[in-house]
Amino acid sequence: MDTTFSSEDIAFQNEVRDFIANNYPQSLRDSIAEKKRNNEELSREDLTTWHKILGKNKGWSVPGWPEQYGGAGFTPTQKYIFEQECARAECVIVAPFGPQMCAPVIYTFGNEEQKAKHLPGILSGEVFWCQGYSEPGSGSDLASLKTTAVKEGDHYIINGQKTWTTLAQHADWIFCLVRTNPDAAKPQEGISFILIDMKTPGIEVRPIYLMDGINEVNEVWFDNVKVPAENLIGQENMGWTYAKFLLAHERSGIAQVARSKKAIERIKQIAAAEMSYGEPLIQDPAFQRKIAEAELELTSLEYTELRTLAKDSAGKGPGPESSLLKIKGTDMQQKLTELAMEAVGYYANPHMGTSLSNEYVGPDYSTNLSGSYFNFRKASIYGGSNEIQRNIIAKMVLGL
Amino acid sequence: MHFELTEEQTLLENMVTAFVRDDYNWETREKIVKTEEGWKPENWSKFAELGLLSVPFSEDHGGLGGTAVDSMVVMEQFGKGLVVEPFMPSILLSGNLISKLANESQANEIIPKIIEGESRYVFAYAEPQSRFDLSDVKTSATKDGDEYTLNGFKSVVFGASMATHIIIAARTSGDQRSEDGITLFLADIKSNGITLQTYPTIDEYRASEVVIENLKISSDMVLGEVDKAYSVVEEVIDLATIAACSEAVGILQVLKDSTIDYCKQRKQFGQPISKNQAIQHKLVDMMIEYEQAKSILYAAVTADLSNADERKKAVSGAKARIGQSIKFVGESAIQLHGGMGMVDEYMISHYFKRATMLGVLFGNVDFHMKRFVGLTQSNIEPIDGSATIRGGY
Ligand SMILES: Cc1cc2nc3c(=O)[nH]c(=O)nc-3n(C[C@H](O)[C@H](O)[C@H](O)COP(=O)(O)OP(=O)(O)OC[C@H]3O[C@@H](n4cnc5c(N)ncnc54)[C@H](O)[C@@H]3O)c2cc1C
Repeated sequence: MDTTFSSEDIAFQNEVRDFIANNYPQSLRDSIAEKKRNNEELSREDLTTWHKILGKNKGWSVPGWPEQYGGAGFTPTQKYIFEQECARAECVIVAPFGPQMCAPVIYTFGNEEQKAKHLPGILSGEVFWCQGYSEPGSGSDLASLKTTAVKEGDHYIINGQKTWTTLAQHADWIFCLVRTNPDAAKPQEGISFILIDMKTPGIEVRPIYLMDGINEVNEVWFDNVKVPAENLIGQENMGWTYAKFLLAHERSGIAQVARSKKAIERIKQIAAAEMSYGEPLIQDPAFQRKIAEAELELTSLEYTELRTLAKDSAGKGPGPESSLLKIKGTDMQQKLTELAMEAVGYYANPHMGTSLSNEYVGPDYSTNLSGSYFNFRKASIYGGSNEIQRNIIAKMVLGL
Repeated sequence: MHFELTEEQTLLENMVTAFVRDDYNWETREKIVKTEEGWKPENWSKFAELGLLSVPFSEDHGGLGGTAVDSMVVMEQFGKGLVVEPFMPSILLSGNLISKLANESQANEIIPKIIEGESRYVFAYAEPQSRFDLSDVKTSATKDGDEYTLNGFKSVVFGASMATHIIIAARTSGDQRSEDGITLFLADIKSNGITLQTYPTIDEYRASEVVIENLKISSDMVLGEVDKAYSVVEEVIDLATIAACSEAVGILQVLKDSTIDYCKQRKQFGQPISKNQAIQHKLVDMMIEYEQAKSILYAAVTADLSNADERKKAVSGAKARIGQSIKFVGESAIQLHGGMGMVDEYMISHYFKRATMLGVLFGNVDFHMKRFVGLTQSNIEPIDGSATIRGGY
């Protein structure tokens, strides 16, 4: 057992650290800080600038891809280091929809034309993607989805509605699961995986505002949308298999350990600034205990992730353990947004940046911490709810 | 970065696994714990043969020079078998104290006998008022010429009735709770002045209250430096705490796996109870708690244990977190076994009881949380902007 980094790993860590220091734009930092302060959505530019910079550097925008498609070819340890450094420097997260969700399906199941057409834009960050799986009637039971794709000549005609589509308002393309065979013996067997240009006539994006007031997700409506048949990935009616492949594919980072570490550090600093009973809050045994429990849970999670990574490096292949990382990782994010909100006491109340409030109150660091708490209730719902993750472990790991 | 065992560690693990499998099945263990002595001395000879008794000692003294990983490897397997022989108190705790503190002549005299299985030491440190505080020592040692006279009382000394010798922590100077002024003494456990009151513990181990009355000990039986034992005691207890955590993780694995098996077999309402989602999710959470416990144990054994602050942080962190897992996995295991979980005859309750008592050993969750807080939450700089209070001020 050895958890020290090799000298190559340390050299790599320095390289990443230097790269971020020299290339992460201050203007981006300022812009994002300002948006957070004002409780505004990030712009497309905020979301993609860093992606584009990484895309010009040895495939760092797509660390998980194989090198033949321009990926960084990181070892699992390097991936871990890379994520840790990005979190430490508080770099904006590269949206996963193109790089981590769609691209692996394209390079694994797509044909050469599809790879050549789509992968470069995903790598570079020029083309922004969103994920069109969920529908109003199909959340956890995704295979019941109803959006139809009917073949007409060399096109599919798409009709139906997707919902909860994150950042669809910025997206150039959407990858969708659609029903191509309504008569299949099992619902899973009639589903296909298709790529759709968001500029195609008949698509309408309608915003959904979450409880923190942010337009993070959308409804996407399809009304006789005509999509070239060549946009179908792999074989017709095999979409479910591809989507499931994806679930087990990209696990590194799912637990968001590095970001949560940073968050704990920040909570401690806030608690050192906040006063309670005439002393810094960080001296209140009740709050101390909560921080300590969170910190220990995170250490456990970090080593659970490292153990899975080590298994990957040893070529022992990924397994459904990713569900464990998802459950614990999101528990952690929720716990920490809660602690941060709790730390600021009454100043959890003000809702800044709405049209009704343009004058800031309270300490700087308190702004919109409650917004984060409310927003992160999403984490145990999306990406396969934490109940569904437990079902997966029960079946796949414990054989129940 | 990897979590593989070395070849030697794998051999060690296989050896202990084989012992538990071949010499320590449930019926055998049941017989052992029901004897008057509460252990099987032949097993100790077996440990000697296998070389287990040499784990904490340096290679110079014929030992294995074992690390935290080595003791983890042994204790995890012992945990799975609920092995009652006093390996932790006598080897990993007392042996390690001797290994770190014995002078050359003491080492030459004592260590070979321990390794051969002839002598067993136990360490008497806790007192009725001390709870988990290692510096709270009332037992006194007063010096007169070349001799010390000890008086006091030691609580819940595991394995004392199986031991040949005892190491006693006594106060040679300072206040009752000062770290300075604690000295360790070696004595034959049959010495005049030592009385044991031995009893079984709830988890079927054996422990003793040790009454010390005018016990005379010659000054060459001082182990280590006079007045200066505290920091080594703290370190050795920390390392033994890792061993306790390892044993607990072994037990948690049994609790989890046996409960999964039981739920697959037990039928109610015409189907295995494991078909109910309420039960499935509980089992998943047991599995997660087990994995998290194992992970933080790995964090502890791979930490830089030679650095005192790192060691304390790693050990208290692991013990506190694993303590939480013990409670959750243990209580859930009993609940999901229904009435069978309550039965003395069935093994699951025994694993639960041992795990729970390991949760207390060397400090419970509260104790270690508090220690962890002290190490991780002092001297935190307040965040920037704390001065910027806006709006009307
Ligand atoms: C902020 C946000 C962003 C999202 N982004 C996207 C996106 O970009 N693209 C996309 O396609 N989707 C997205 N989603 C949708 C997300 O994947 C779904 O919300 C999720 O799959 C749950 O579906 P549902 O909301 O319909 O809840 P339901 O499936 O109706 O579930 C309701 C509750 O019942 C529980 N439940 C359901 N079935 C079971 C069962 N079998 N056993 C036990 N409990 C069960 C669930 O865990 C949940 O607690 C997003 C969601 C949110 C909140």
